[in-house]
Amino acid sequence: MSGRFARSGALVVALAALHWLAPLALNPYYATILGRIGIAIIAAVSLQLVNGFTGQFSIGHAGFMALGAYSSAAFSVYLGAAVLDSLGGGGLARLAYFPFPLICGGLVAAAAGLVVAVPALRLRGDYLAIATLGAGEIIRIAILNVDAVGGARGFSLASALHPSVDLRFESLAGVYGVAVLTIAAIARLVYSGGGLAFRAVREDEIAAESLGVPTTRVKVEAFLVSSFFAGVAGALFAHTEGYIHTNSFSFVRSFELVAFVVLGGLGSLSGAVVAAAVLTAAPEVLRGLGEWRMVLYSVLLITTMIVRPQGLLGQRELLHFGRRRGAA
Amino acid sequence: MENLLQQLLNGVTWGSIYALIALGYTMVYGVLRLINFAHGEVYMMGAMSGYYAAHWLGLAGAPSVTGLVMVLVASMLVCGLLGALIERVAYRPLRGAGRLAPLITAIGVSLLLQNAGQLVFGADPKFFPPLLQSHEVFRAGEVAVSNIQLTVLVTALLLMGALEYIVQRTRFGRAMRAVSYDAPAAALMGVPVDRVISGTFVLGSMLAAAAGILVGLSNPKIDPLMGLMPGLKAFVAAVLGGIGSVPGAMVGGLLLGVIETLVTGYLSSTYRDAIAFVILVVILLYRPTGLFGAPTTEKV
Repeated sequence: MSGRFARSGALVVALAALHWLAPLALNPYYATILGRIGIAIIAAVSLQLVNGFTGQFSIGHAGFMALGAYSSAAFSVYLGAAVLDSLGGGGLARLAYFPFPLICGGLVAAAAGLVVAVPALRLRGDYLAIATLGAGEIIRIAILNVDAVGGARGFSLASALHPSVDLRFESLAGVYGVAVLTIAAIARLVYSGGGLAFRAVREDEIAAESLGVPTTRVKVEAFLVSSFFAGVAGALFAHTEGYIHTNSFSFVRSFELVAFVVLGGLGSLSGAVVAAAVLTAAPEVLRGLGEWRMVLYSVLLITTMIVRPQGLLGQRELLHFGRRRGAA
Repeated sequence: MENLLQQLLNGVTWGSIYALIALGYTMVYGVLRLINFAHGEVYMMGAMSGYYAAHWLGLAGAPSVTGLVMVLVASMLVCGLLGALIERVAYRPLRGAGRLAPLITAIGVSLLLQNAGQLVFGADPKFFPPLLQSHEVFRAGEVAVSNIQLTVLVTALLLMGALEYIVQRTRFGRAMRAVSYDAPAAALMGVPVDRVISGTFVLGSMLAAAAGILVGLSNPKIDPLMGLMPGLKAFVAAVLGGIGSVPGAMVGGLLLGVIETLVTGYLSSTYRDAIAFVILVVILLYRPTGLFGAPTTEKV
């Protein structure tokens, strides 16, 4: 128990340090990139649950991020000022407000995840992948046609209703706190006794079913949890950027998330984290190359995949999630 | 009524372009079980190489049928080579490494061609040279058929006919069908599987190149990112017809073209992009193997 308290304490101290020191030590450019990396990590880890651990190939994850981003932004724009008031206003109220849009975004995305998962799970393999791709695009185009969230103009958090209220999050600590929570939640889920069911479905669905694993329920659960965290990632994205457009959530974004997961190693949480960080930072690190950077980025993606088809980490983890002191 | 006929005609023209691209997806899926996401970019390269071929051969200013044929052949050759190269570099090293790794390299190749394209050709749209002088060849009441529409349709039909001949009547076609049916067994029977796969990429890429030229004729604005949406839509068309099925891709492409045009004409153009994906999801839920795909049984 003391180990757990020490870890939580260390985490709080680290996040507090990040909150106070990051603005002093980092210029805004680096801070923005670090924030994007944190969000990419959340999205990648959430996708890893479905693609890597449950073996259900989804390539429409950006759609869930879009729902999270737009619903949380709508929450902040239309209700944010009222909620802030009822929390008492001031700095502490802003801190207390932080979870509201995130949970709102997560829940809306999870509801959509359920709607997509139940019919889609009749499909297997490539057909499931294609259906999720279609669902993601349908979500994106549907949002594009909703005028209340800006439609084709994009949607800005700077509310016309309450111009004095700024609901953007500027703290990296928020992003990374949520990232740590996401990784911990998903690690707890997949590396628990019950979590074996996810991997059983991945390895052989028919065998799992015959051993009494409720495969449909397991798959729906994976989709539900995964889309919840994708929605949270989207909500963070909306609230750190302050302006969102459906173009950020096209199938290209979904492909990018799939690349994080496959490049990191299917079935490895730490792999997803590393790949998300590296692939998000790479285009920025390569910025010195000017126009050639995206060319080099794609060449690197292709060669890494050819050199390590099993992904950077395969199915290994850098940390022993959930296997501490023999506790399952 | 006349409006409807005109819309149908436009839809079939646009659909035949989808069909040409969809054929490449479906053939590659047939032999490799790989969704070749770089295929839309091969189509873009088809339009681009046509643009440069027309300028270098001095055909840009002088519309003529021979000029069009020369540009078409040149672009098909370039893209055929490109298709073989993509397969050799990005997919062959991963043969036997599972099915996800090649999917990521496909995405990588697609990104590479888009970005290299923006670098080499410039990100601004280019105007495809008018290889044919546009004029009306036929008119019945309000319905007008232009020579460009006719050229697109006839070229697409000829190419599909040629493909059908190759697949059904030639040694190579038989080998392709054998590999698609059971690759290891085909290999044991002495079919050179790698060469057949290369050949399939060449064929598919040549059709995509032709689609690029035909699009250049009818909507002359071309740019390095033009392959993204049509590529994805053509893939939807392939699934609609039954992925892996050659006649399925043709019918799926035509159907999708007609449906999209009708939605644009009678509902709203903002839903045009959504309709393809709605069809996709509905088809997958009720008939996942598509219109022409055979239902599969699962072995335990």
